[in-house]
Formats: sequence, C-alpha cells, structure tokens
Amino acid sequence: MSSTARALAVTVADVIEVTPLVKRFEFVSTDGAPLPPFSGGAHVVVELPDGDHLRRNPYSLMSSPRDLSRYAISVRRDDGGRGGSRYLHEQVVPGMAMTISAPVNLFALDLRARKHLMIAGGIGITPFIAQIHQLSGGGAPFELHYKARSAPLAAYMDDLAARHPGAVHACCSDRGEDLDLDTLLTTQPLGTHLYVCGPERLIAGVTARAAALGWPARHVHVEHFAAPPPGLPFAVRLAASNLSITVRGEQSLLEAIEEAGVDAPYLCRGGACGQCETAVVACDGTLHHHDHWLTDAQRETGDRIMPCVSRFTGRLLTLDR
Amino acid sequence: MTITFRTETFRDDFTFRNSPAGIRRFPFPFHEDGYMYSVNIEPHRPGAPGSVFEHGFDVDEHYVAEMADRALVLAEDPLRCQALPHMDLASWDYLELVMTTKARDYPELFTLETDGDRWHWTNRPLGIDDRFTFGVTSTLPCPPLEYIGRQTQGDHCLLDQRDNNLWMDAGMVTTQADWSLDFDIGMNFFEWHAPVPLAHEMGVFQRAIKFLTSIPQGQPSRRLNWTLTVNPRLDTSPENYPKWGPDKLTVTPDTIGEKMHLRVELQTFWRLPRSNALVFPIRCYLLRFDDLVTIPKWARRMHRVIRDLPPELVTYKGMSRYHPMLVEWLAAHDDGAPTSPGIFPD
Ligand code: HEM
Ligand code: FES
Repeated sequence: MSSTARALAVTVADVIEVTPLVKRFEFVSTDGAPLPPFSGGAHVVVELPDGDHLRRNPYSLMSSPRDLSRYAISVRRDDGGRGGSRYLHEQVVPGMAMTISAPVNLFALDLRARKHLMIAGGIGITPFIAQIHQLSGGGAPFELHYKARSAPLAAYMDDLAARHPGAVHACCSDRGEDLDLDTLLTTQPLGTHLYVCGPERLIAGVTARAAALGWPARHVHVEHFAAPPPGLPFAVRLAASNLSITVRGEQSLLEAIEEAGVDAPYLCRGGACGQCETAVVACDGTLHHHDHWLTDAQRETGDRIMPCVSRFTGRLLTLDR
Repeated sequence: MTITFRTETFRDDFTFRNSPAGIRRFPFPFHEDGYMYSVNIEPHRPGAPGSVFEHGFDVDEHYVAEMADRALVLAEDPLRCQALPHMDLASWDYLELVMTTKARDYPELFTLETDGDRWHWTNRPLGIDDRFTFGVTSTLPCPPLEYIGRQTQGDHCLLDQRDNNLWMDAGMVTTQADWSLDFDIGMNFFEWHAPVPLAHEMGVFQRAIKFLTSIPQGQPSRRLNWTLTVNPRLDTSPENYPKWGPDKLTVTPDTIGEKMHLRVELQTFWRLPRSNALVFPIRCYLLRFDDLVTIPKWARRMHRVIRDLPPELVTYKGMSRYHPMLVEWLAAHDDGAPTSPGIFPD
C-alpha cells in the first residue's frame, strides 16, 4: 500500500435489514455536496471507533456509480470476526456521523472484455451490484452466478434476477444446487473476463480451475482489499532533536515528526522517492515497512525506516532525527 | 488576475516570447547544481500564487496560441489523438476533471453549469459555448478526449490500469519531446520507457510504478522533466523530424542565446474516479537561453548542470552535437558564486 485515500465526513442516512444476517448502510455527505465519483468494484474504508481503538474496515460500495447522492455498503454480521461488523450492526443508526475514506478500486472491471463472467459467494455479491449498475449504462454483456446457502440468505438475489432476467443465476446449497464450474469455464466466448468475490475457499477453487482449464491469468480477477494501516499509536524518541513523541493512529510517523516541529525531509509522501529515509538508532519492537524504496536486505538489517508510510509496534522506537 | 493572451507562433517565424512575468514564473527544474534521474515525485498541492503550481491545471499567456498550434498539428496528422474503445469512460472522466478544476480556479475564463447529466460549458478565451449530455459522445462536436485536449495546454496520456501496470491506451500528443503516441499506444509503463538510459538500472521505474498504481483519487502528484529544444517549437515529434532535426545545424555560439530553449515538462498524475484510469498531463514550458540568463541563480546553475551532465543523458536528450558549445556559452554567464537551494529565483 502507499498513500492513504483522503477522509470523507458522512452521515448515516439509512440502515436497512436485508436478511437476518445482512444490513445495508447508506451514507450521505455531511456537507450535503455530492460524494466523489467511483468505479464499480471500489471499496471505502470505514472508521469504527471501538473504545480508544480505531478499527478501519474496507467494504465494497454496492450503490450505483451514477448516483453520487449516497453511497451504500452491505455488511454481514460476523460474530467470530474482529468486531467491526458487530459494531456496525449494533451501534450504527441513522443520523450518526461517521468517517469513511474516498473510494479505492482494486477490483475494477477490465473494460476491454467482450463479456464479464461474475461469480459471487455470499456477501461477496456487493461489488458486483455496483459493477452491474456501471455496465447497464451500455457495456459488454455480463453473466452472474451467485452462490448462497439458501434463497432467503441470498441478499439482493430477487432484485437482481428481476432487473436482469437471464443474466443472473442463483445457486443455493440447501436446494442441493452446485455450480458446474468446468462447463461454465469451458463454454465462454473469447475475450471473456472472469471475476470472483466471496469466501477465500471459493476464490481459491475458481482461480485454480480457471488456471487448470487454460484461462490466461490476466483474464481472471479477484477481489482484494487494501490492508488498512494498523492505526495503532506508538512511541518514538527523536534522538537528534531530543524529543519524545507519540504517533497517533490516524497520522503517519512523518506527520507526527512534523507536528513536533522537527524539519524532516520528504518529497513523495508515498514511500517511493527515498527522501525521508531515517536511521533507526534503537528498536524495541517491530518495524512495519510499507514503502517501495528499501531493499529486502535493508529491511532485514532493520537500521532504517521510511516515516512517510511505515510504522512500528512495540515499546519504543528511537530515530536519528 | 487577468491574463493577456499573446498572439504568437511556435513554427515558421517563431514569434513566441515570454513576458517578464512569464520568465520569472518559469518552472526551472534544477533544485541543486547537478542533475541525475531520480523518483522526483511530490504531491501536486496548490503552490504560491502566480506560480505554475498555484492551480491543478495552469493556464498562462500562451494558452490561445498553443491551442491554435495544436489545431494545425491535428489537421495534418489526426493520429496525434487516439483513444482505444475501452477508454471512452476515462475520456469523460478527464473532461470532467479539467472542466470542474478550471471553472473553479479561473471563473473569469471558464464556466461549467450542470443539471444532472446536462452540462453547459463556456470557454471564453477560445470562444466556446457548448451544451451537451455528460457521457454521450454524440452530443459533443468531437470525442471527449479530443474535445477537452483541444482546450487544455500540454499533452495528455490516459493510462488504463491493469495487472499492476499502466497501459497507454489513449492520448492527445502534439507538444512532445521526440516521442510518438502512435508508436507507444497500447504499450505498458516499462515498454514505453524502454529507450530511457540508466533509470531502469537505478530502479526508478520499478519504484515509480508502485507509487503510480496506488495514487488515490483527489490526491494528484507531480514531477518535472526537462530537455533542450532549438527554436520555440512545440511539435518536436518523430513524425516531423525532417522539419525540426535540421534546426540543430543552425546552432552557433552567436545564435545559442536566441535559439536554444530550456524545455520543461510539468507532469502531473491524477486518478480518474469513474474509470479507475490514471491521467498524465504533460505541460510544456519553453524558456529562451537569453531570457534564462537574466536570472543569475538560474544562469549559474544551468551552466553547472549542463557541464556535468552524464554522457548518457547528453546523448538521450539529443544535445551531443552542440554540447561543448553550450557549456562554453553558459560558462560566460557563471561567475562561480554559490547558489541557494530550491528552484525559485533569489
Ligand atoms: C504514467 C505516466 C508517465 C508517462 C505516460 C510517461 C511517458 C514517458 C515517455 C513517452 C517518455 C519518452 C520515452 C522515449 O520514447 O524516449 C518518458 C521519458 C522519461 N520518463 Fe516517463 N512517463 C510517465 C511517468 C514517469 C515517472 C513517474 C517517472 C519517474 C519518476 C518517469 C521518468 C522518465 C524519465 C527519466 C524519462 C527520460 C526523460 C528525459 O531524460 O528527457 N516517467 N516518459
Ligand atoms: S517521502 Fe518519499 S519515500 Fe518517504
């Protein structure tokens, strides 16, 4: 990862129960202006305050890229997870102010495709809903296969099937249905691109079959989320300036150094130019390198860090700055 | 600030000139007394008022004349503007970015009124007043990239982002330093940069691609690049080499000050949100050597940079033929005094 997307102040406009496990959250911008445009497949990172800990979870946008009056995400309640979905399900109500990131797309449609073949598993349906909105403005044809445990748990299935008859196919395991992957993958027209989003097992299974059946890797796309930076505060000693500082969760190490009034070099602020390279004097903990500058060997010695993007966890980091 | 647009040419009689204010705001590219390739990318944040960095898209006194020169190039060679079919959405994205940014930054020159998809665009310097439906090409006089490219200084490359790489799948290129869109179209970042010496080995491009592919929307970046051009000619294309190549033979110690120009490209990088493509506007600024040496800091530094330039760069930038002559001419304008850091005049 590199530069972080900028933050947007939004208000929760609506919370809708879609299935017993899934809720849809709709956001409008707090200042009333249109939200930034985005492309189908994009996600936003939602900030979830949890005590003094700030969680940042990525969720795919599922609203139409043509409607910038509100963004929608759908969240499946996951009681075994780290708690982000539970917070959303239990604490978030209409009228609440929240912070989300500007959209980032790591699962974009390949617009050269002659046809888009989409395979969704469970809540992995959400990016496809936005992509289908985008394509219905006059793109190449699409075909969606939607795997779910049961029809009632297949969020948005009825709506999608009604609006795109013939293009949307449900596959519910409680009805004993299964996807005939080999037939599907061997009967597509030339120039088809394949997209998969859902549980890890589904993604691994589909991509392995596609590779085995000779699909070019460049025609196979899977959903990735940018791993949001940990967002944990940490303590730093600036030895040359004789200062002790704390880097807050939402700021970079470079920003914290600047905030302390220390003049630190920088150029790109995205881990690429090398200008901000800083010597590590002592490291009682672990460095988390997020830059594109240092070589693997340099990382191993652990004697330098790029403060514009990299972080630290542990007791104390001492820098020659 | 009102801009007085100059009537001038970039070919034949070459009447192009910078005003005194135009000279002082020139984006001199050297922040120290030497030059080597590096990942010289920085955030494209608004800079000092009056500087070329003040706005996202700088409009200056050469705007109207540059657009007239572009029209001449396009009339002779329509392949200077190309967009592969999947770049239509990115073209509209770029049109939106330019129109909204310019209307905000230069309200006296440009106005954009929108009512849903119904847009009304007024470009007063070029006398354009058009209504169209956003996203519907048939409502514009020409395709969206050509439409906005004919109204925006500099060249424009639209890069599709796929497979962790960037692909030059559309562009409007008429003011380039000896490269060709028609040749590069469809190439990826490493392919179109193949002719560049040294930078590949230095890891410049490997690092740059990672940075570029993760540029978020609303947070553009920029870098400066430079070369030298004989006569203030915008269209130094491989296609037209027979027209401008021979100009090099006219460089003599007596003509350097008048004919030799420092050519600086202000290159910016913007994520296009509707298509997830990247746009790379390359804005070209020209400064005559006679004008350059009126700024003592620039005169001193220019001499030291050209004198010490690595031979590979001397060759790549096409100055082998007159390099010793240039160094000698510039030496006469360098009193050996130290220079201050940074690119701005003292
Ligand atoms: C994605 C946006 C970019 C585009 C479309 C682009 C395009 C080009 C082109 C067409 C050339 C001429 C190559 C030739 O045919 O000789 C060039 C040269 C070059 N590019 Fe890029 N470039 C981009 C980004 C970058 C970045 C980010 C860097 C470095 C950080 C870079 C560094 C260079 C260098 C060093 C040269 C040689 C220039 C000279 O010495 O005059 N480019 N670029
Ligand atoms: S500022 Fe460029 S690598 Fe940190």
